[in-house]
Amino acid sequence: MTDPSASDRPGLDPSVWDDAVQSAALYSVDPVGTGGIAVRAQAGPVRDRFLALIAGPMRRMPASIADDALLGGLDLAATLRAGRPVRSRGLLAEARGGTLLAAMAERMTAALAARLAAALDSGAGIGIVALDEGATEDERTMPALADRLAFHLDLSGVSHRAAGAGLPQRGAIDAARRMLPEVAAEPGVLEAVCAAAVALGIGSPRAVLLALRAAHGVAALDGRGVATMQDAAAAARLVLAPRATQAPASPPGEAAEAEAPSQPGDAPADAGSGEAERASGSEIVLEAARAAIPPGLLARLQAKDFRSTSRSQGSEGARQKAREAAPRGRPVGVRAAAPGPGMRLNFLETLRAAAPWQRVRAAEDKAAPNDGRIRLRREDFRVTRCEQRTRSTTVFVVDASGSSALNRLAEAKGAVELLLAECYRRRDEVAVLAFRGRGAQVLLPPTRSLVRAKRSRAALPGGGGTPLAAGIDAGFLLAETLRRSGCAPTLVFLTDGRANVTRAGAAGRAQAAQDALAASRRLRAGGVSALVLDTSPRPGAEAGALAQAMGALYVPLPYADAAGLSQAVRAAARS
Amino acid sequence: MRQAFPFSAIVGQEEMKRALLVAAVDPTIGGVLVFGDRGTGKSTAVRALAALLPPMRVVDGCRYACDPAGALCDECLARPEPRGERLAPVAVVDMPLGATEDRVVGALDLERALTRGERAFEPGLLARANRGFLYIDEVNLLEDHLVDLLIDVAASGENVVEREGLSVRHPARFVLVGSGNPEEGELRPQLLDRFGLSVEVGTPTDIAERIDIVRRRDAYERDPAAFCARWQGEDERLRARIEAARALLPSVDVPDAVLEHAARLCMALGTDGLRAELTLLRAARALACLDGETAASVRQVEQVAPSALRHRLRRDPLDEAGSTVRVERAILQLAGRSGAEPAPTPTHPPILGAAA
Repeated sequence: MTDPSASDRPGLDPSVWDDAVQSAALYSVDPVGTGGIAVRAQAGPVRDRFLALIAGPMRRMPASIADDALLGGLDLAATLRAGRPVRSRGLLAEARGGTLLAAMAERMTAALAARLAAALDSGAGIGIVALDEGATEDERTMPALADRLAFHLDLSGVSHRAAGAGLPQRGAIDAARRMLPEVAAEPGVLEAVCAAAVALGIGSPRAVLLALRAAHGVAALDGRGVATMQDAAAAARLVLAPRATQAPASPPGEAAEAEAPSQPGDAPADAGSGEAERASGSEIVLEAARAAIPPGLLARLQAKDFRSTSRSQGSEGARQKAREAAPRGRPVGVRAAAPGPGMRLNFLETLRAAAPWQRVRAAEDKAAPNDGRIRLRREDFRVTRCEQRTRSTTVFVVDASGSSALNRLAEAKGAVELLLAECYRRRDEVAVLAFRGRGAQVLLPPTRSLVRAKRSRAALPGGGGTPLAAGIDAGFLLAETLRRSGCAPTLVFLTDGRANVTRAGAAGRAQAAQDALAASRRLRAGGVSALVLDTSPRPGAEAGALAQAMGALYVPLPYADAAGLSQAVRAAARS
Repeated sequence: MRQAFPFSAIVGQEEMKRALLVAAVDPTIGGVLVFGDRGTGKSTAVRALAALLPPMRVVDGCRYACDPAGALCDECLARPEPRGERLAPVAVVDMPLGATEDRVVGALDLERALTRGERAFEPGLLARANRGFLYIDEVNLLEDHLVDLLIDVAASGENVVEREGLSVRHPARFVLVGSGNPEEGELRPQLLDRFGLSVEVGTPTDIAERIDIVRRRDAYERDPAAFCARWQGEDERLRARIEAARALLPSVDVPDAVLEHAARLCMALGTDGLRAELTLLRAARALACLDGETAASVRQVEQVAPSALRHRLRRDPLDEAGSTVRVERAILQLAGRSGAEPAPTPTHPPILGAAA
């Protein structure tokens, strides 16, 4: 699978570090108002230097924190030891007035992200710095949380030499903090930021509010009581640019002018500024944001329009993680283990395990031999073991090369939709991978959503060579991932089996076919169940050999339509 | 915790506000489902509604907030002498995504079991939500077995716990409010049908409206107390309207002509079962009460029809037109107007101030 993010990282652009320094300063001035920072960076000197820029107390939160440790609750171990209820205060309460540092934010469960989001919404008096060590697009801070954090930084391409400049200016920050409550924005700033957000395709009104707060921060740091259009431009650069989902439709001046007449002319705050002035204000803000859009971001967004806009990215991960977090399925027994996240204490079984030892333990307890307490020890703990129904996921691996005629693709997409309609009833999932040119691409991550499937149908690109080996490898990889998360994957290949691009991405029919067979054997060794649908008009030996190497069912479908395909898949799933 | 954002200060989203008010007037309608983008004020509206609702009378010290004038829970009945009563705010209970079954239905009180060796029941979220609202954000990501459980309790109005040597039943009548983003997964049809009303919210595209949203939110966050004080009058008026509507509810009737209109609308759309019609009528009646009228009219049926019906249409995965469009088309056809003509009245007149 190709990872587009690897090639066009911000790289050695020194402005990335400058932006990071400024973001840290603005956050330090107003941690509660700006919500926090989502930082993508590997552990290392750059990240450490960045964290040193943030003023105020900081508490670290592990990604696997349990509810009672976060929100406070009964401390089970201490309670048992003391024989009276011992409560813990909870990390959220302890971090009040400072920063909560969420390590490994890309591993955070949806439930934890929801807790933190709720804490930010209800005025918990904290800011959150989410450290995300993810390597790919899909591993990232939960959107529900990231949406509430003003600054989104990607430091993964910053070299430690570039990260030298910019020392924390504690004095300036303290002064700005005192200044902040008096700062007000000059007329027209709010309108300009709103217009810029619309032009950049940012849906959430929260982004505008956060940009506004950042603009106040810029003014306060500068010792001014009025946030100007220039401050808003600086804020838009930091807050709006990373959230952009589209390039401004027309040159910024025109866009702003087109928006201006729809604004309410009678709003008292606008009294002093004329239409023309406001339009130029929007222009300044939008231009600043546009200049800061990370290079390659828009290209990447355009390249996967069909994967929906950024706000729904990672949502599949969200569901996956939600599933991992909770004890699920029906209980099938108990086992000895300490209760923790995802494991429920089975109290009756725990007592039963402890019962035979009571006399012994009472006798050993010199302090209070006969006080009638039940003596529980850690080894007595039993948790309920659950078994969940495995979900089946059908992964379509579609040959989108030139050799497969384009109408084949349409059929494949039709089949996916028919199956999806059925999965909607059965609660199963569907995914689509396509391979063409030099590699394979996930078009539709595993989903049950009709909305997303429909959108993916719109943009299945076609043409180019046939990198069959890459397609099989990508299918295998996805199947492995699915299996780890408790699903039962079935791969369905739609191809004519005529490979002409090797694993290395070079042309060459013989080597490509060899590679494809090798990949197929690996699939078989991995024990992934598969089905090969031969879409060639004259079913030949190639696809058959492929199916044999995979240990897969082989179905020649020279004239298959969508209904025929979905029938074949259903038949294969049953067998 | 600071004061909730005032309900009357929420900009736009008329359909969502109306659905929530209708559910507050008549809780038997069966909950509200809000589907839409992030940052469109879904959770703000639910929390604001709870702060808006008039406080209710509860039995003092009852863990399930029993109504002194209504049916009492087993614990209240078992008590020898009657307790006093007090006023309590209407509860809005958040159900977090990762909630375990223990947290939801209640479980053995670990603290008492461990320290005093007593077997006691510790009520869960369902108990706290009794006579209030149970709010599930990202309801479409909720574990299936929890969803089943919620459906069951919401339908029976009673939570029955038989586990860990406990045998407890307590009242759990609540208005289920769910929200989510449809792109992240569909809701099971069974649960979908359970929600009385469903609304779709979108990010406002009108820039003036967006500016208004941000301006009010900014004012609120800078000084919540002052902002709430400014909107207090509006909220008071709305509260009075809800109380008046609740008092009116038993006496408002639905004329036969309106009944027939609702039935024909449901038939035209091919909704399964009678639940659709029943919800449509109840919602129209509650809306009539909010409008201060003595009988429901066709106008109210048409206003609530999209919310009451859009999630009950047969799903056709290959149909590109959304459910909302289908409902609106049916309304127009039934009114004898062709679908091409614009409707004479806007579908969503502002709910606030409509009958002030």
